[in-house]
Amino acid sequence: MAERPEVVFAGTDGGALTAIEDYEAAGGFSALRKARAMAPDDVIAELEASGLRGRGGAFFPTGRKWAFLPKPDQLDEPHYLVVNADESEPGTFKDREIMLRVPFRFLEGCLIAAHAIQSTHVFVYIRGEYDHEFVVLRDSLEAMREADLLDDVTVVLHRGAGAYICGEETALIESLEGHRGQPRTKPPFPAIAGLYGAPTAVNNVESIATVTAVLTLGGAEYAKLGVENSTGTRVFSLSGDVVSPGNYELPHGISLRELIYDVGGGVPGGRELKAIIPGGSSTPILTAAEVDTKLDFDSLVAAGSGIGSAGVIVIDDRCCMVQLGIRVSQFYEHESCGKCTPCRVGTRWLTQLLEKIEDGRASQADLDLLLSVCDRILGKCLCPLGDSDAIVVSSYVAKFRDEFQAHIDLGGCPFGGESSLEGILAPSALHSHRHRGAEATPA
Amino acid sequence: MSFAARVRKLAGEYPEPASAVMPALRLAQEEHGGWLPPDALREVADALGVTPAYCMSIASFYDQYNLEPKGRTQVEVCTNVSCALSGAQGVLEAFERELGVEAGSTSEDGAFTLGTVECLGGCGWATVVAIDNRHRLRVQPDDVPAIVEELRNG
Repeated sequence: MAERPEVVFAGTDGGALTAIEDYEAAGGFSALRKARAMAPDDVIAELEASGLRGRGGAFFPTGRKWAFLPKPDQLDEPHYLVVNADESEPGTFKDREIMLRVPFRFLEGCLIAAHAIQSTHVFVYIRGEYDHEFVVLRDSLEAMREADLLDDVTVVLHRGAGAYICGEETALIESLEGHRGQPRTKPPFPAIAGLYGAPTAVNNVESIATVTAVLTLGGAEYAKLGVENSTGTRVFSLSGDVVSPGNYELPHGISLRELIYDVGGGVPGGRELKAIIPGGSSTPILTAAEVDTKLDFDSLVAAGSGIGSAGVIVIDDRCCMVQLGIRVSQFYEHESCGKCTPCRVGTRWLTQLLEKIEDGRASQADLDLLLSVCDRILGKCLCPLGDSDAIVVSSYVAKFRDEFQAHIDLGGCPFGGESSLEGILAPSALHSHRHRGAEATPA
Repeated sequence: MSFAARVRKLAGEYPEPASAVMPALRLAQEEHGGWLPPDALREVADALGVTPAYCMSIASFYDQYNLEPKGRTQVEVCTNVSCALSGAQGVLEAFERELGVEAGSTSEDGAFTLGTVECLGGCGWATVVAIDNRHRLRVQPDDVPAIVEELRNG
């Protein structure tokens, strides 16, 4: 590993900057003062120059997203900034650490973004399970209010209540309006008709914390970090079968090998690397042979996957890929909002077919049916949730076809009860008090 | 301050009061011992000028609202991929043994509800166990007897 420049966590020295005096002493709020002295469009131009792209998973250019909002003289309605702090993508735990370690940098970014889109209303939608993070943000916000930093901006911390789907921006907006968190059809996009039907920018926590750094460094300087099309640093969440899991801020473009072995200490117990999920559970799987793939947008697209939320899950050779498929599919089935049929029904079908394969009750036709169901979900849903299940399950089959085939040929799991995911009990199985395999299956 | 007044105060934070339905349900659940009986839904509805059925439609959508009584202490073990790879099932089974309760149910004395939960955002600190929403990190099966003893004495 060459350099490890810190942008999001700059000045923390491995700890946290949770006292407002410490944050100011480390140069805090200078970016806000700088931004407020600039015309809003100039702030947006600075973001465009930085090349910053959204850290929530979609990687949309942040400056361009803000530029889509009508100007107040074009549309005389309130404009809203909504920050997505509903971090729930399996394998991802970075936003939580950002809110805990650099809460002021994050809140400063909220105020800079509000200035850029000419908004005086900021809503931070924070995951309902993040009690401690909520308290840290609430106290930090109060300290900023006392220090007269908020100006005329109202910041509301809105707590979620346990729904992965609310990480999807239109579902999040619905939830914030007091409805069930079910996605809207797009267009119109939130930039035109978002919260309460008004122009709304929705940005991820890490993106917003990075906005502060972009204003501090200047867009051009920030763009020197990372690689082309994926500028800057990224807070990678590393978990699974790895010696030193955790969050690591590193420049885009480092390889999976560097992250897993040089930074993460490799696979424990002398076991073999088998597979890698590179960007949260919604991204297609890579095999051990692809460990030299670089962690940037273009490289991962070229490898048939995606950088997603940069949650890297390491999987060693103890893991049965059919069981992995079941567990991942159970998650999407549980979290499907039920609004559109391909997702609501399709995710359940995928789970049931995978269970049939795992239990040795599947014929060759069931494997074809599994892929056919994936095809019937893909591109036919209102939002990416159903697609995610279909994309990843079909990637497990594509990359580990022999293992799926072995289940059918052997009439059971070739791991013989020794897989690292053996017997794992998902909440969706809990609700019905049925353990895996004990229910009716399709076909 | 009355419950209705507290809900109206919450509603005042938003441009449109209906946005306060989630924080109001959270508050009602805290007031009603960790779940939302029909009376609680009615109180929220009255305070916000919506129907109890509407409140039910929201409460039934989100996992953190409980529509039936829970144990006094809730133990939830994350069994999503990263925790599962790190031995979450062993942790869950250790809690089943120590608490004497099967996953998905409440102990007879009403002291504990044990369950599993989807990703809590602590994958790098697996296995994550939420005890009344406070997260214990890097829990191993061997840690469970001491945790349970602490909870019983708590």
